[in-house]
Amino acid sequence: MKKIIQYAISDTVVMTGRVMKQVLRSLDTIITVLLMPVALLLAMNYVIGGAMDLGGVATADYMLPGIIIMCVLSGVAYTAYRLHVDVQKGIFERFHSMPIAKSSILGGHVLTSVVTNAVSVIAIVLIGLLIGFRPAAGAVGWLLAALVVLLFITAMTWISVFFGLITKSVETVGVFSYLLIGLTFTSSSFAPVSSMPPALAAFARHQPMTAVADSIRLLLLGEPVGSSFAASIVWCVAIGAVFWALSVNAYRRQQR
Amino acid sequence: MEAIEAIGLRKSFGPQEVLAGVRFAVDEGEIFAMLGSNGAGKTTTIKILCTLLNADGGTARVCGFDVASQGRHVRECISLTGQFAAVDDILTGRENLVMIGRLRHLADPKGEAERQLARFGLSDAADKPLSAYSGGMRRRLDLAMSMIGSPRVVFLDEPTTGLDPQGRLSVWNNIRQMSASGVTVLLTTQYLEEADALADRIAILHGGVIAAEGTAAELKRLAPPPRLALSFLEEEDMAKARGILVGFAVEAEALTLTVETGGSVSRTTEILRLLDDAGITATFAQKPPTLEEAFLAIIGEGAA
Ligand SMILES: Nc1ncnc2c1ncn2[C@@H]1O[C@H](COP(=O)(O)OP(=O)(O)O)[C@@H](O)[C@H]1O
Ligand SMILES: [Mg+2]
Repeated sequence: MKKIIQYAISDTVVMTGRVMKQVLRSLDTIITVLLMPVALLLAMNYVIGGAMDLGGVATADYMLPGIIIMCVLSGVAYTAYRLHVDVQKGIFERFHSMPIAKSSILGGHVLTSVVTNAVSVIAIVLIGLLIGFRPAAGAVGWLLAALVVLLFITAMTWISVFFGLITKSVETVGVFSYLLIGLTFTSSSFAPVSSMPPALAAFARHQPMTAVADSIRLLLLGEPVGSSFAASIVWCVAIGAVFWALSVNAYRRQQR
Repeated sequence: MEAIEAIGLRKSFGPQEVLAGVRFAVDEGEIFAMLGSNGAGKTTTIKILCTLLNADGGTARVCGFDVASQGRHVRECISLTGQFAAVDDILTGRENLVMIGRLRHLADPKGEAERQLARFGLSDAADKPLSAYSGGMRRRLDLAMSMIGSPRVVFLDEPTTGLDPQGRLSVWNNIRQMSASGVTVLLTTQYLEEADALADRIAILHGGVIAAEGTAAELKRLAPPPRLALSFLEEEDMAKARGILVGFAVEAEALTLTVETGGSVSRTTEILRLLDDAGITATFAQKPPTLEEAFLAIIGEGAA
């Protein structure tokens, strides 16, 4: 039993190392994942900046959570892509024919996704600080915000694992992330819900990206979070659990 | 003990029955070739034997372990080189091998990688990314990855499909080398000359069952009997010859007549004399039975 656990851990370490090398050796991936949100952040801050009424909140302070969300969404698109390539290329079959812990195969992709996206988010926050993001959170606020971000990354990662497994062609493997980006633009990420037309506002108020963006924003600005913190946790855990179950099912079905 | 034993394997995908009771056995240390056209079910059979796919019916044992109930034991004694090279393009050749060594929990994955690189002639390219590898080199790395950790049974699914002749020959040599080290090899192929060149025994998978099985020599006996091929310069000569050879089993194609002789000297002489007496100009060649003809005869697509 002890040996089984030991092997499961060492297999997961090897698999994570492998996927991590894939990430680190494709410079274009790193640049795209960081560049797109940074460009968006700069555009929001300097171009759209003062034109919007954000209820007294500075542009950078308001936009940063949305930028973090965008960064994670473009990051997990690559998670899906890497997984898809593994499935198609046949290296999964080699792994499956070896005496290794089955959980390590998806585990390597999931862990890599969580770690690399967390690093990207840290980079975005640092860049944000350079251009005028002024958080007012204490240690607890930062920790809770980090928790929300980690849960969000994990939930989005399981969505990407699911689509990476079930997508049939490499052209369509990233489509899910465009849908999620669309969801982000119809949330409170880049404009207050109160500024939206009533129908859109009703939708925005009840969708996960609004909960996540509001929760991160209010935590980092040191303001009362209201119901958004609990809502963001519930959304992330629920999405993560559903897509974890769907992914495991899709993964098993490949072996029938 | 048999290294691989399949008894009545069945598998359907939806309404399509791919395996309808596949039965064969492979002795330890043998190279066993499974020959079949595209879509015959070779990969499906291999996947079942490697525990990647569950059979709908029948049983199979690999290294004495049941593939359905003792999967982990099976996986500990086998390795699979799938139809599409299962190598990681982002890694170098050496990194690929070390990764497999680690996943097999070897004490010295680096040393083992080094040994396999040398054995498969990849030492010079060891630290290059796979984008710099030719198709043949990728396949050899694929084989080297399969030999990490000394498996007892190796499955090779179409190991030379898509390779140029040079790549094919070097992969053949590697497979012979692997077999010489004592490992049992089950390979699938669409190429008859590959089965002929490598395999101790050959099984022909057709219509969801093993339609024939034996050594290459045994299978060749199932081919049509030896024949004489007569080539003519003129259509007219050929028509005339056909008229003369009414008593023989004759087939015509373009400017060639194929006449069954059963390899007999007297019949061959008789045919040639008849033509010579009629003053017909022709050249002839003796056609020994080939594995290809045996294959076509067995799968029932006419011995053309
Ligand atoms: N997962 C699958 N789902 C549906 N049909 C499949 C699946 N795998 C294989 N088949 C079908 O089963 C048949 C045999 O396939 P396969 O074993 O790959 O043949 P071979 O390897 O001999 O070319 C083919 O007609 C193929 O389309
Ligand atoms: Mg095949």
